[in-house]
Amino acid sequence: MDNTKSILLVGVGGQGTILASKVLSEGLVEAGYDVKMSEIHGMAQRGGSVSTQVRFGDKVFSPIIGKGEADILVSFETMEALRWLEYLKPDGKVVVNDYKIPSAPILMDKEDYPEGVIDIIKDKANTSMIDAAKIAEDLGNTKVMNIVLFGALVKAMGLTDIDWEDVIRKTVKEKFVDINIKAFNAGMNAIAEASVI
Amino acid sequence: MKKLLTGNEAVALGAYEAGIHFAAAYPGTPSTEILENIAPYKEEIIAEWAPNEKVAVESALGASIAGARSLVTMKHVGLNVAADPFFTIGYTGINGGMILVNADDPSLHSSQNEQDNRYYAKFAKVAMVEPSNSQEAKDMVKSAIEISERFDTLVMMRLTTRICHSKSIVETSEREEVPIKPYKRDLQKFYTAPAVSQQLHVKVEKKLKELEKFSNETELNYIEWNDKKIGVISASVAYQYAKEVFGDKASYLKLGFTYPLPMEKIKKFADEVETLYVVEELEPFMEEQIKAAGIDCIGKEKITNIWELNPGIVEKSLFEEEKPTIEYDESVVVNRPPTLCAGCPHRAFFYELGKRKDLMIPGDIGCYTLGGAPPLNAMDTCICMGASVSLGHGFEKINEKYNKDKRVVSVIGDSTFFHSGMTSLLDVVYNKSNTITCILDNRVTGMTGHQDNPGTGYTLQGEETNMASIPDIVKALGIKNVKTVNPLELDELKKTFDWALELDEPSVIISRWPCALKVLSKYDKEEFEYDLKKCEVDQGKCIGCKMCVNTGCPAIQFDKTIKKSSIDTSQCVGCDVCMQVCPLKAISKVGE
Repeated sequence: MDNTKSILLVGVGGQGTILASKVLSEGLVEAGYDVKMSEIHGMAQRGGSVSTQVRFGDKVFSPIIGKGEADILVSFETMEALRWLEYLKPDGKVVVNDYKIPSAPILMDKEDYPEGVIDIIKDKANTSMIDAAKIAEDLGNTKVMNIVLFGALVKAMGLTDIDWEDVIRKTVKEKFVDINIKAFNAGMNAIAEASVI
Repeated sequence: MKKLLTGNEAVALGAYEAGIHFAAAYPGTPSTEILENIAPYKEEIIAEWAPNEKVAVESALGASIAGARSLVTMKHVGLNVAADPFFTIGYTGINGGMILVNADDPSLHSSQNEQDNRYYAKFAKVAMVEPSNSQEAKDMVKSAIEISERFDTLVMMRLTTRICHSKSIVETSEREEVPIKPYKRDLQKFYTAPAVSQQLHVKVEKKLKELEKFSNETELNYIEWNDKKIGVISASVAYQYAKEVFGDKASYLKLGFTYPLPMEKIKKFADEVETLYVVEELEPFMEEQIKAAGIDCIGKEKITNIWELNPGIVEKSLFEEEKPTIEYDESVVVNRPPTLCAGCPHRAFFYELGKRKDLMIPGDIGCYTLGGAPPLNAMDTCICMGASVSLGHGFEKINEKYNKDKRVVSVIGDSTFFHSGMTSLLDVVYNKSNTITCILDNRVTGMTGHQDNPGTGYTLQGEETNMASIPDIVKALGIKNVKTVNPLELDELKKTFDWALELDEPSVIISRWPCALKVLSKYDKEEFEYDLKKCEVDQGKCIGCKMCVNTGCPAIQFDKTIKKSSIDTSQCVGCDVCMQVCPLKAISKVGE
């Protein structure tokens, strides 16, 4: 009866998690789902850890989830995937970007960026790693890394029936539509054929 | 038409549809975007940033007395500032309908405390509504304005961060245009001399009885019958969490009108169910009243009053059941605290200030509060808006008389100074304390996302206006020693601190440079000269002394394997503070 799915997008302030969540939510609304999305503003924006939650289904109540409730965790930064892993269902999926942003204690040589993060995650969950920065760079605009990851998410969630190119046209500024569609498709192709969650 | 809106966007749309004529606010997370989304309705609604919340409430009351439908918004601690007019409006009532939108911040995502402002509605004897999603947030603006006009009461709409910043689907409709009501001078209503207010108190008690009757009748408070073994009373976003946990295995009394509570309806509901839960975030506001009415229920003995809830927390609290999670060693994850941006003028200021010994540095509310965190560590306190200057005054009076071992350097932002620092500075002058007040004027209200303020030269709705001069204001308050500096020039800053520390009377240092993220106005472009060339490290010269790293700039990274610094040019904005602190001149502008 309860067919609600929960998507958790995490990253670092400024990485474009909110735009990706916006495109995702708008598309899900157009596809006829009930949708709720939640994000946190304020202090967290200043280079801190950020998260957005998108939930969809026939009828969604809570805009947020507790630990162990996400069907998929999409991490725009490598270490952030590990920070939020406890929110994933044990049989949930992870899409993790092979992209490290050192936090302030690491920049200042007070701490080290943890080793082998992706191996830890792969060991614990069904994980797809993609190099979205490289893909975006090959497309000629590193800023579309977020839409590459969004494409990967769509593929991993089996949401390919929705006309996402149309949604992107409606939600992204006109001059960035083409590059974003390319980024979206590249992200889809970067994920191995995934079983539908 | 269906739209996916945040609660804040929905309240703004609700204000438009409900025929609001006047709206005012002081920005504050999580409430800020309400006024930002009302501002574009220039024809229909006068929308203003006020210098503080008290001014916003009083302006909105003035508009209401003039016969307009008015709305005022603020974050929870903003209502502390506005409490004075708020309580008396509880007595006077309104003319045109009036709504006070208050946004609480459970979990203190961006706040200094976690107060539950539902108690304010009860305390001030005003009606309260609480939406549980964006559709209700929009619709309740209309309900609230109708309740306000029908019962002659201010209506408080209480939101929380999750309501403000969560999107859900909203069905839009048209604006209902209502005429401005006539203004009639009425001393028995708005002239609250003691003899008048004595009678107003009698009236408001009668009004509360009528509002309680309404609360029992209104569809804003409704019952969903399912299995009667479990009954749940809930409101706001906590209702959504309860629905996730209990589904259709419980019956619900969902409350949208939460003060006065519908005690008759609650009694009837309680009589029909075997076990009654009250699911509410933060304090036992409803539970206390329900228990005082002699109704047995389970609430805060199970569900914590600390931090925000979610479905998992509610389930664990009530049934000791937890969802299985992936187990792993979380300790390997390195903290990611918020930092000042690359090129932030505050960094330079705190870097230089932090080098001084024997200072006591009261701070204030804004991005610059981060000046107290490592590596800058140049702040001792942060209490509330405006407190830096007055707290510094009190500290200095005792220091002068007894200890004599510290100098007080109060640090406050431009918008915070306009908000409530000006009166504090008047106290410094009037009561003669030798403090140094530093006003960090970054030409915008930064932390809440770049709102205009009385110093920027623009109004919320984009009109050009008077640009308040901070030097003129502080001089008018009686400060004789005033200097304005460019914080990105560390030598100039150092000399200015030297100058102020030598003085035997109070001084003001205005640190003036735009926020690194600000879209510059035409005034900014005229005033500030930018050299936008980015910086780079000559690794041949770098000796790994970490002086640049210790500015805390997020564009600078130290590579411990080669013991050298490097600069991420995608983040660097060329403020060149790192160039100035490098003892070996190993940092230069790219290409120079």
